[in-house]
Amino acid sequence: MATKTYLQALNEAMRQEMERDPEVFILGEDVGQFGGCFGVTQGLFETFGEARVKDTPITESAIVGAATGAAAMGMRPVCEIMFVDFIGVALDQLYNQAAKMRFMFGGKAKIPMVLRAPQGAGIGAAAQHSQSLEAWFAHVPGLKVVMPSTPYDAKGLLIAAIRDDNPVVFLEHKILYGIEGEVPDEPYTIELGKAKVQREGNDVTIVATAAMVHTALEAAEQLAADGIDAEVIDPRSLTPLDIDTIIDSVKKTHGLLIVHEAVRKGGVGGEIAAQVAEQAFDFLDAPIMRIGAPFTPVPFSPPLEKAFIPDAGAVVGAVKQMRG
Amino acid sequence: MSITNEQMIQMFTTMNKIRQFETRVQEFFADGRIPGFVHLYIGEEAIATGACATLRKEDCITSTHRGHGHLIAKGGDLKLMMAEIFGKKTGYCKGKGGSMHIAAVELGILGANGIVGGGGPIANGAALAFQYRGQDNVAVCFFGDGAANQGTTQEAMNLASAWSLPVVFVNENNGYGISCPTSKSMAITDIADRAAAYDMPGVVVDGNDVLAVYEAVSEAVRRAREGEGPSLIECKTYRWRGHFEGDACVYRDENEVQSWVERDPIRKLEEKLQEQGILSPEKSREIRDALAKELEAAVAFAEESPLPSVDELEEDVYA
Ligand SMILES: Cc1ncc(C[n+]2csc(CCOP(=O)(O)OP(=O)(O)O)c2C)c(N)n1
Ligand SMILES: [Mg+2]
Repeated sequence: MATKTYLQALNEAMRQEMERDPEVFILGEDVGQFGGCFGVTQGLFETFGEARVKDTPITESAIVGAATGAAAMGMRPVCEIMFVDFIGVALDQLYNQAAKMRFMFGGKAKIPMVLRAPQGAGIGAAAQHSQSLEAWFAHVPGLKVVMPSTPYDAKGLLIAAIRDDNPVVFLEHKILYGIEGEVPDEPYTIELGKAKVQREGNDVTIVATAAMVHTALEAAEQLAADGIDAEVIDPRSLTPLDIDTIIDSVKKTHGLLIVHEAVRKGGVGGEIAAQVAEQAFDFLDAPIMRIGAPFTPVPFSPPLEKAFIPDAGAVVGAVKQMRG
Repeated sequence: MSITNEQMIQMFTTMNKIRQFETRVQEFFADGRIPGFVHLYIGEEAIATGACATLRKEDCITSTHRGHGHLIAKGGDLKLMMAEIFGKKTGYCKGKGGSMHIAAVELGILGANGIVGGGGPIANGAALAFQYRGQDNVAVCFFGDGAANQGTTQEAMNLASAWSLPVVFVNENNGYGISCPTSKSMAITDIADRAAAYDMPGVVVDGNDVLAVYEAVSEAVRRAREGEGPSLIECKTYRWRGHFEGDACVYRDENEVQSWVERDPIRKLEEKLQEQGILSPEKSREIRDALAKELEAAVAFAEESPLPSVDELEEDVYA
């Protein structure tokens, strides 16, 4: 096992899948020699050439459509949308075409494609380059939605996504690209739909996604100093969602806080809260709480952006409030 | 270009098959027996027929909301089509797609499409798979004059051209996008002019002349198979029926419709074949009678087929 960054883990996942399966290919803006806007596809063009690492024009609909059509023919495209914020101009190809083809065609098509996109705030990229849009995708039947938070998960989940026979929206948090962790050299998969308990605890369950997993872990350490033993769960994929792991935890801790960076209103926290309320209401000692960004576009100026992103202090505060 | 008598008779047959099928769907819709929307292809049969006559089974097409003709021309089975339009379990899509989403991936039919302009990017993807695998197959994207103005269509033509993809963009210019005439939706008269912007051949043909469509698409398909990239073929035509069944057509004049009915693509071919002694009136009747039988069998199949069970609702969302 070696220490690798989240970005290297993603890169290695694509490299190893391309070595294994000649039908896997990459397309997107500046993914070739340039190596991708954040460098995630670096070096792949040199190894696999332009037939398999395809630079596209700035044409998101045509990118997602080309991936969809090639996938319908049995290939395994991995397309990169430079920032998830750009999906708006291509959304039809994703949610009306790729996501629905199998169902509309009565189960006769498979669309084994991955759409990778960085999302999230924290680098001063402002309102059109910083959003967390996972709730949009999680609302569309036919799509799978994956959000890794660690280098280990990034590699295993991306390989699983590439081997999956469905369109998978794979959301990378751009602030995590540089974090390091242990990542095995050999290829491995992590089943989509299996949450990971990142920290075990008995007093409260904190469900967090992407960068917020790290925020929640930081908060858990602060809470531990005050004698509160928090359990931190990363669902890792929102579709499928491993609600059972969350419910089992709530049955043990009797409290639930959900933390995501996406705006709180209409976020996936509401969905998780509702499912837990439906299935484990009697186990709750306090109302479920949610933390998310305020209902504003992502601001530019550093103090505003910092205020926009939920932090460990907010998590600690919410847990203390919940416990009265 | 050589075209055999047999091929011409086959095209005559296919056009009649589409006409009879659509006429039957029209009747069923009027009787309230078909749910949802239906957009009929009557009057435009020459385009799908001429274009698909140039294709192999392994070639792909992307179709539109007005898709029945494309499906039939690409080899769709009337039974499975009619059952799908009725929402029956035995239909092409188990009743989950309906008229606007009929697909048969095994026949290279990557779906009708409820989204105007939805098909171009997907046709590119199929063509990309052919190119990548070194197969000399092609993808044909059918799209309307309305769809011609969508960004997706421009993006698709640009990418196909930049990557020299084996795609043939077949525009069906029937003069209207619902009620909006092309004179209001674009400043140009010929959509084919846009091909120049993508450095691909742009050809205008009489979309009611199946042989002209066949000839133009054949050349485009040849180019695509030989790695010379995409083409745009604009077929001028007209839809006889309203945009969808139930459309009162307040936006167009009955004389205009009549002038196009007089240019019936089927009669045009029939007269030609009769003049040339290729098709006798008896043979023509035989063909129509045989098609009527096939259609009745399809209708019976659709009528007798079961509706889907509600247990199937949540199936086929994921592979
Ligand atoms: C994206 C989108 N916008 C609008 C519609 C509604 N609509 C359905 S068919 C149609 C007209 C399409 O015109 P054209 O492409 O010329 O095809 P035609 O109906 O004439 O065959 C419209 C506006 C739609 N289905 N999809
Ligand atoms: Mg039109």
